[in-house]
Amino acid sequence: MGLGLLASRAIRPFNSSSSSRLLLRTIVSKPELQSPESSAAAADACPEPDLPPRTPLAGARVHFPNPEDAIEVFVDGYPVKIPKGMTVLQACEVAGVDIPRFCYHSRLSIAGNCRMCLVEVEKSPKPVASCAMPALPGMKIKTDTPVAKKAREGVMEFLLMNHPLDCPICDQGGECDLQDQSMAFGSDRGRFTEMKRSVVDKNLGPLVKTVMTRCIQCTRCVRFASEVAGVQDLGMLGRGSGEEIGTYVEKLMTSELSGNVIDICPVGALTSKPFAFKARNWELKGTESIDVTDAVGSNIRIDSRGPEVMRILPRLNESLCTNQEFNKASDRLIKLGLRPNNIFLPETYPTALFYLELRLPALAFLEPSGPSILFISFFTCLSLFIPVIATSVDINEEWISDKTRFCYDGLKRQRLNDPMIRGADGRFKAVSWRDALAIVAEVAHQVKPEEIVGIAGKLSDAESMMALKDFLNKMGSNNIWCEGTGTQPNADLRSGYIMNTSINGLEKADVFLLVGTQPRVEAAMVNARIRKTVRANNAKVGYVGPETDFNYDCQHLGTGPNTLLEIAEGRHPFVSAISNAKNPVIIVGAGLFEREDKDAIFSVVETIAKKGNVVRPDWNGLNVLLLNAAQAAALDLGLVPESSNSIESAKFVYLMGADDLNLDKLPKDAFVVYQGHHGDHGVYRANVILPASAFSEKEGTYENTEGCSQQTLPAVPTVGDARDDWKIIRALSEVAGVRLPYDTVGGIRSRMRTVAPNLLHVDEREPATLGHSLKPEVTQKVNPAPFKSAVENFYMTDSITRASKIMAQCSATLRKK
Amino acid sequence: MLARLASKRLLEIRQVFRQPPQASRSFSTALNYHIDSPDNNPDLPWEFSEGNKHKVKEILSHYPSNYKQSAVIPLLDLAQQQHGGWLPVSAMNAVAKVIEVAPIRVYEVATFYSMFNRTKVGKYHLLVCGTTPCMIRGSREIEDALLKHLGVKRNEVTKDGLFSVGEMECMGSCVNAPMITVADYSNGSEGYSYNYYEDVTPERVVEIVEMLRRGEKLPPGTQNPKRIMSGPEGGNTTLLSEPKPPPCRDLDAC
Repeated sequence: MGLGLLASRAIRPFNSSSSSRLLLRTIVSKPELQSPESSAAAADACPEPDLPPRTPLAGARVHFPNPEDAIEVFVDGYPVKIPKGMTVLQACEVAGVDIPRFCYHSRLSIAGNCRMCLVEVEKSPKPVASCAMPALPGMKIKTDTPVAKKAREGVMEFLLMNHPLDCPICDQGGECDLQDQSMAFGSDRGRFTEMKRSVVDKNLGPLVKTVMTRCIQCTRCVRFASEVAGVQDLGMLGRGSGEEIGTYVEKLMTSELSGNVIDICPVGALTSKPFAFKARNWELKGTESIDVTDAVGSNIRIDSRGPEVMRILPRLNESLCTNQEFNKASDRLIKLGLRPNNIFLPETYPTALFYLELRLPALAFLEPSGPSILFISFFTCLSLFIPVIATSVDINEEWISDKTRFCYDGLKRQRLNDPMIRGADGRFKAVSWRDALAIVAEVAHQVKPEEIVGIAGKLSDAESMMALKDFLNKMGSNNIWCEGTGTQPNADLRSGYIMNTSINGLEKADVFLLVGTQPRVEAAMVNARIRKTVRANNAKVGYVGPETDFNYDCQHLGTGPNTLLEIAEGRHPFVSAISNAKNPVIIVGAGLFEREDKDAIFSVVETIAKKGNVVRPDWNGLNVLLLNAAQAAALDLGLVPESSNSIESAKFVYLMGADDLNLDKLPKDAFVVYQGHHGDHGVYRANVILPASAFSEKEGTYENTEGCSQQTLPAVPTVGDARDDWKIIRALSEVAGVRLPYDTVGGIRSRMRTVAPNLLHVDEREPATLGHSLKPEVTQKVNPAPFKSAVENFYMTDSITRASKIMAQCSATLRKK
Repeated sequence: MLARLASKRLLEIRQVFRQPPQASRSFSTALNYHIDSPDNNPDLPWEFSEGNKHKVKEILSHYPSNYKQSAVIPLLDLAQQQHGGWLPVSAMNAVAKVIEVAPIRVYEVATFYSMFNRTKVGKYHLLVCGTTPCMIRGSREIEDALLKHLGVKRNEVTKDGLFSVGEMECMGSCVNAPMITVADYSNGSEGYSYNYYEDVTPERVVEIVEMLRRGEKLPPGTQNPKRIMSGPEGGNTTLLSEPKPPPCRDLDAC
């Protein structure tokens, strides 16, 4: 016990420091090289004694696929070892030299057309464009010679020739690459006396504002659109000084990733339309947080000014070196006088994981007191060492979906800011918290325990779901679930509801079978990863489900379970694709959770997986793609209702932000409490409204679809009289006389540790350890009804996005009808 | 102070002599973006004609089947010949379909090359070379004569739809400067010709236009009767004898 605490202290501060990982950035020439096996090679390169050692730029690290391929180059006389195939620019980054650039972007193909990255290379007659030049052994690169400087100054003068002098009215001002680099290489006056050219602005839709006169033709947006977003709409039109970026025929950018062109544009040509003229970037406070609009949990930065969220940006989120983390973690333990390997023999891992994995519903009932505490704590402290075997976290690279980026205006509209009670006339009346809680507690005590039902919403954090479950259990009911998981979720085996391959691991796949899922609308970032894999490995994609559009080549195999049965029985031509694949991946959509025959379908999918050798010791390709941010944590915490038709007999319903629930079957006299942040669907039926804070206003734990727990941080204050979800339930429990034994976030988290310790391992992905083989036999019959699409409108899926004006505009203009 | 005044004055003088602003010097016949019009919009059907479908196959056979996009330029050219000298957006879409790329990739190529016309041109599209050697030899006057005779502006089609005048960069006939090119789209891709008329004068181009209007054939090449091809006027003055064979070792002597 004491050991566990000590160990937790040793690991916690390290785990929660997300800033250290932000500084780490890998440079690899091939995507498949992004494996966690690497050490900072720049550190290996021993600098000559007379030169001060340099640190690689932005934490750039190199990974050698095989050590023989290492070559040595000299950057400003400083020797660096890099793998073959790296460009001169990457070599300079490893050596700690920042090369100015406009067109080069590490995640896009190399264009080499801005010429800003010119460097001098010894024995080369002219300066070379470093971004496109492969580094050769023994190359002597000079980055700060008069030749290189003069070349860059010349390029800058040409770039500024036709660039308007409108920085004071440009939204990019302050975060503009051209502005920054012209400070270093620009002249204080121009020699250009002719007329500047002007370009007609393009209409790319309600999200991206264009001022095409500012464009410097770096073609980053063209490459992003065709390579990452998969929409072949943008192109470079015309030539010479008449060259411009455009779509030729008037066309909106109908990609779910279109907002990212705002980030990659080095100048102010493409800026955010909703954010236009709202704020300057230096006025904004950035808070690193997590997106909750889908189950991917994209890492975002919430930029706020005062009480208002001004914009949301992606934050760089790269694969981590877990080995390094392991070393660091064990270093810390050794410093504390502990040797982790001596205490916890490797053989004990599976045993510990077994108990944690099963996470039997009984475990959730256990209170953190009494004789069971020792039992739980023992495994809790074992579980502290699980992160060292956890795989790397790499969720959204540096892109986010448009829904993530532009839903923020929904946070300001339709908010609930006072506790309210519905009067006899059917109208809501604002009351004090004391009165509202008293009424809720009174009604809760009047009904029978089994008539109490609690439903967590899509956006609920793990803390509040834990509190709600504890509260309902104390009231004697266990009818609690999270919307979207269906009425009979299968929470016993973690591998049955998370993405076992991990989002990053999808890049190794060569065959995908998508079952009842449309990743493009359900999880745009996962879709981007699949697209990347399809492009890089020529992976084959088969899809079973309703007609939908993909932005990569996809074979539509069928619409319903019958096709699955055909594949399982080996009657379908796609079987050979799966069985011939090296790393096959099956992704099952969480939309199937709502089907009556989901167990039967899952067993069919498992049969396919077994026959296709999808789950092996070294590869787990059987995945579930969840829909909502709360789902994974809800299932980890065991939010499983006792009876599947509890809603028909409910008398007291506690909706914690649950809006997409069908309440038609609810008895007329049932008392409904709605706790949430938006006046959305759930409010129509509510008797009492308890205002809660949104994800941007609270500290909460969310687990994403691949099983990685991450935390949001409060960026702005809450609206009106709203409170954090778990605090409301904690207060209610006190009023109801069943006081919950925690009153801090730390307290509730230590309670969570007893139920689902992985939720506390922030920013680490904990893989499921037990396979599907342990599942009991399924007796259900498959219903041949075709699969339905889980998300009708990509832009409006939850209460925040439904309240957003920008999302409404997007669904009106950008959706394919 | 005086220096500043002087430089200000200088700037004013320069402003006066400055050419009228030209948005961007482009030889293309159209803007870099498409505006829907009744005769040019993506909804119009467009297909290669039966005869040209064979040509399309022939062109595609020059390239590996996985690099069909290499055929974009010859196919655009064929489409332009078929469509009377210009490429509506639906023709570009048809080409994109044939080579299996996104339409924007075809638009990029079509906007890059000024010889692809994206607005209507006359049945005889007259292109005046405007590059330095021709300009020195009077191509400006030739263009003026053409425009004045036809009563149109540059890149404008005459009312009868027969003629349009454009400018072009060097076509390599500098020795016979000034020159014009006549792209004849009057008979589709079968009767398509692209002939150079060299050593033209303002009077001669008007005659050429009238002959084209009457449908007469006229020999392409130099229009100066005293010259043979690119030889000097009035016959050669040098190289009069048979050229000597190249100096060679007398192998028989060895």
